[in-house]
Amino acid sequence: MNITILLILLGAGALATYGAGNKWAPKVALGFSILTFICALTFVNQHNSSDFIVKWFSNPNVSFAIKSDGLALTLVLLTTALVPIILLTSLNKEIKNAKSFYALVLFMAGAMVGTFLAADGFLYYIFWELALLPIFMIGLFWGDNSTGERKKTMMRFFVFTFAGSLFMLGSFIYLYQKVGSFYIADLYKANLNSTEQFWVFLGFFIAYAIKIPILPFHSWQAKTYQFAPTVGTMLLSGAMLKMGLYSVIRWQMPIAPLAAKEYGPVFIWLSLAGVVYGSLVALKQDNLKKLMAYSSLAHVGLIAAACYSGSQDAITGAVYQMVGHGFVIVGLFYCVDIIHSRYKTIQISDLGGIRTLAPKFTSLFLLVLVASIGLPGTFNFIGEFTMLYGLGAQNISYAVVGGTSIILGAYYMLKMFQNTMLGTTQQKPFDDVSWSEGFTLILIIGVLFYFGMYPKPLHDLIAPSIAQLNVYINPIK
Amino acid sequence: MNTLIAISLLGILCLLLEVFNLRKAIVPVTAVGLAATLVYTISLLGTNTSHYNNMVVTNKFTIGFSSLFIVLTLFLVLLSADFYQKTAHKIADYVSIKIFLLAGGIAMVSFGNMAMFFLGLEILSISLYILAGSNPLSLKSNEAGMKYFIMGSFASAVILFGIALVYGAIGSFDVNQIYEASHSASTVDWFYIGASMISVGMLFKIAAVPFHFWAPDVYEGAPALTTATMSTLAKVVAIAAFFKLNRYLNGNMKEAYEVMLVVIAILSMTVGNIMALKQYNVKRILAYSGISHAGFMLVSLLNVNLYAPTLFYYTIAYATAGMAAFAVVIYVCKDKENEDIEHFRGFGKQNPVLGAVLTAALLSMGGIPIFSGFFAKFFIFNEALHSHYTVLVVFGILNSIIAIGYYFRIIGTLFSGQSVTENKKIPLVYYLVALGAIAINIGIGILPSIITG
Repeated sequence: MNITILLILLGAGALATYGAGNKWAPKVALGFSILTFICALTFVNQHNSSDFIVKWFSNPNVSFAIKSDGLALTLVLLTTALVPIILLTSLNKEIKNAKSFYALVLFMAGAMVGTFLAADGFLYYIFWELALLPIFMIGLFWGDNSTGERKKTMMRFFVFTFAGSLFMLGSFIYLYQKVGSFYIADLYKANLNSTEQFWVFLGFFIAYAIKIPILPFHSWQAKTYQFAPTVGTMLLSGAMLKMGLYSVIRWQMPIAPLAAKEYGPVFIWLSLAGVVYGSLVALKQDNLKKLMAYSSLAHVGLIAAACYSGSQDAITGAVYQMVGHGFVIVGLFYCVDIIHSRYKTIQISDLGGIRTLAPKFTSLFLLVLVASIGLPGTFNFIGEFTMLYGLGAQNISYAVVGGTSIILGAYYMLKMFQNTMLGTTQQKPFDDVSWSEGFTLILIIGVLFYFGMYPKPLHDLIAPSIAQLNVYINPIK
Repeated sequence: MNTLIAISLLGILCLLLEVFNLRKAIVPVTAVGLAATLVYTISLLGTNTSHYNNMVVTNKFTIGFSSLFIVLTLFLVLLSADFYQKTAHKIADYVSIKIFLLAGGIAMVSFGNMAMFFLGLEILSISLYILAGSNPLSLKSNEAGMKYFIMGSFASAVILFGIALVYGAIGSFDVNQIYEASHSASTVDWFYIGASMISVGMLFKIAAVPFHFWAPDVYEGAPALTTATMSTLAKVVAIAAFFKLNRYLNGNMKEAYEVMLVVIAILSMTVGNIMALKQYNVKRILAYSGISHAGFMLVSLLNVNLYAPTLFYYTIAYATAGMAAFAVVIYVCKDKENEDIEHFRGFGKQNPVLGAVLTAALLSMGGIPIFSGFFAKFFIFNEALHSHYTVLVVFGILNSIIAIGYYFRIIGTLFSGQSVTENKKIPLVYYLVALGAIAINIGIGILPSIITG
């Protein structure tokens, strides 16, 4: 059995979901996503990181190449685990034209899994673009259009990301001219000089900086998160932006290590600027979804900084935090969605005193929240600590600035909690969490705390492949 | 050669069927005839012959393009039956003109002699003039026909003058002798003047900037099926013929000529795209998008010895996407005064299949992966970079971004709001043509090696 079965499963799932009709679509989609997750889990247990290559077409020379090392498997596992959770969050909702919606979600999951597994630059690019289309459509056709800005926002999102990825394509074509192959192992050995590496690095950077997003390229993010339907926001923040971070480690740094060394600090500072900026802007937000978007910007900025540092510890921490952040942000957006489903508003100023009405929900929300601010015992603590350690070993000021994200994060998150959950009670009724809502949240919290206490399984999966990559990221001269 | 004869006979057969009052049989018989010719043409693959003193040649290039033209004509003929319902008594004329147009197109790529080339060009052009003005009750169609006729015949005259100059320089119409002359140092100057004039005329025919002004008006005014013919079949014919001419004509004037091509390619891409952003008539959008695609296709002319598969791939990707798009556009705008983008509002919700096809076609034109439009652009970029035309790649990428703007505007309209189109049963041929064209498009996207290998 080969890992491409995941792609086939998700593709077939998308078709089956579309064929199942509006009534059955959510259940079929959920079934397929769980099946995929189980499959992914089996692959991780077998730990067969066998590569798989089939020739696709020649001239230019492109092959269907799959590489499933620990790094790729971690991200695949994250994606396939998040999709059923995300689907669970939407089960109780009325969704128009559900069969197309859920088919698009599975299709997107398939494309993301493909992006993480692809070992051929061209194939990788195709999956990368394929993942963009469904999320654009989900945002465009199912998004919130109360202010009439939806279309413009989604259009901007698409044009931004599409434009960025074309620069990446430019880099790939350039590499192909030099190396004569898109295969990742050949690209690692490309032997470019430092100027050439700089341009390749820059092309990649524009694509990833938009996707992640890193500071000057973030302008699409907050509004897209705000107007996309919650499922779309979760997919975007939980899984899709990990594509950018993953690609930094997988493609950008090892292919252009000299440029990464030389210009690394610039990109680290840009990422850290995002940390501070995101935290400060989050302080001022009144819209919960926007607050989460900016907090995500801050957290992801730190991960990006860790990736660009090139230090083995920081990168390992970054991968931890990708997993942690993926679960946390989905949990947070789900809490926001629960509030929205009760009160039809997510303005902090309109909320308050939910604790007395819904104690169970408040407790669960608090647990997700403390994970988000990286309290010891949660997986996010391990991620953030490892990253800050790795960054600090390189340059202590990175760690100092990066550390502000934890302090500020704790401040704005707890302040938000205080204003929404505590304080004066609104007399409007607030139903406590239903069985399925509670189950979903407990699932997320369970994962975060389990790995927070016992990160060894993930460490064993991630560390060897990072050590392998490190050979290319920090070449011995 | 036999292909050309068969096509011409098929056109005559069409007219005869009308005489014998078998009007209903015209479209099916023609379609079957075209399909048979297609099979025959493809079966020739691998042969390399010339006929009638090298008047007509058969080789991989001509067989490939001829097959593509036949497929496109087949789609157009299938659409004719429903499109000309109101003027069914004239259907023999409409169909046979399309068949003759195809004959002209095939002559234009399989010529071995400039006389043959010009003959093909005129057959094609005159057929198009007639088709553009073929709705005499519409003022716009009249205007389109007239405009196209005046501009087009002017361009033909320029080409003819060019051919005459070339003949004056070397005393022969034969392409092989032209090829030798273009590579020899002792060729007189007016040979190059002639070659340049031929190029100018061809640039007009493919509607490259700055020879593009006729295209939007003519596309908009002409009946929709004629617009489909012009933007898919005629454009592909012209670019293929231009490609072949370049191989014979531009031997010695390499550098200056290449600079000119690069400039025109960049201008076409950019101007076409930017103008398209401002349009609200779908036909005009497709016209401008066609101009920008012509710019991309011109890139393949920079190395005529190597890029033939690339150009062939691009033309298939472009023409099938265009054909699929037009099948939907023709249906949606059938009984409407114009082709305003508002007519498409909500159509995708009402008819998911055709909506999806139009979306796929536009995505292909926009260069989104898995649709062959992406691979086509990728191959072009790859080879341009290979020949060190970095500036072309940069502009190509920038233009791909701009193009997303107007393609996605149509897609957005397609799936939002309430449909304004009457919900009635759609004739099967629309599905057949739309799905057939898009299937070819996606098929060669998944397996590009069929074409490039």
